[in-house]
Amino acid sequence: MSTSTVSPGFDEAALVARAKAGDADAFSELVTQYDRRVFRMAKQITQNEEDAEDVLQETFLKAYSHLDDFQGNSRFYTWLVRIAVNEALMKLRKRRSDKTVPLDEPIDTGEDEMVREVAVWDENPEQKYSRDELAEILDQAVQSLKPAYRTVFVLRDIEELSIEETAEALNLSISAVKSRLLRARLQLREKLTRQFKRKGDDAFGYL
Amino acid sequence: MHLVTCKEFLQELNDFLDEGLDPKLRQELERHVNECPNCWVLCNTTEKTLKVFKGMEPQKVPPAVEARLMAALEKKMRAKGCATVKKADA
Repeated sequence: MSTSTVSPGFDEAALVARAKAGDADAFSELVTQYDRRVFRMAKQITQNEEDAEDVLQETFLKAYSHLDDFQGNSRFYTWLVRIAVNEALMKLRKRRSDKTVPLDEPIDTGEDEMVREVAVWDENPEQKYSRDELAEILDQAVQSLKPAYRTVFVLRDIEELSIEETAEALNLSISAVKSRLLRARLQLREKLTRQFKRKGDDAFGYL
Repeated sequence: MHLVTCKEFLQELNDFLDEGLDPKLRQELERHVNECPNCWVLCNTTEKTLKVFKGMEPQKVPPAVEARLMAALEKKMRAKGCATVKKADA
């Protein structure tokens, strides 16, 4: 897992040990360290700001209450993500009027429709947009994915959990995670290609 | 050496991008991607898709939301008999 978003000098295991021993400051430091990532993940899965706020709160309250259950077999962050995913999925299910359990949606494995747009991108297309514009483009792309794909993509490619951790968090098999991830990546590639492709370089135009 | 088809390449694309493959299969896939313009573009743009997502830093939690969280935690900690929570300044 990438440590790019973790502050330098941050010692997760030491903080968790102190928090478990009853040090409130240590736990709030863990909150400060991870709250924005938990919040982002909750927003992406639920696609709803208000739900994400609840998920954020519930996640850390539960983590605090159940801190003694955390055995240190995984990273604390992975454990936190598992709590957050469960909370987010509960919200998602509650909001869905058709009562379909999102993670059990039948997965269409037809491959022919996966790749339509084949065009090279501009060099560094993301630099053409402001940070906010880019965030908007990416959010819309993620939002367009079905929950079953979206959840896997968010955990694996945004929160950078391993395939195994993602499977464990979502209670899915490794092969289900892999096939959903491929699907999600290809669908996002398709959307972003429409946005970022080199001008005048339409599908197959480079051949 | 086995000649990889576009369909096979697509099936292995995840592992190809995630660097979790046995060297022989990787070599075969590399050979395919270097010779097939379609798969090269597909692989290159998928890689860029992941890069652009990974490059996004999460934004700060709105102060009011964080304040609500810290207040709820503080309440819980007091009930548990912990020292007061230091206000998080993210």
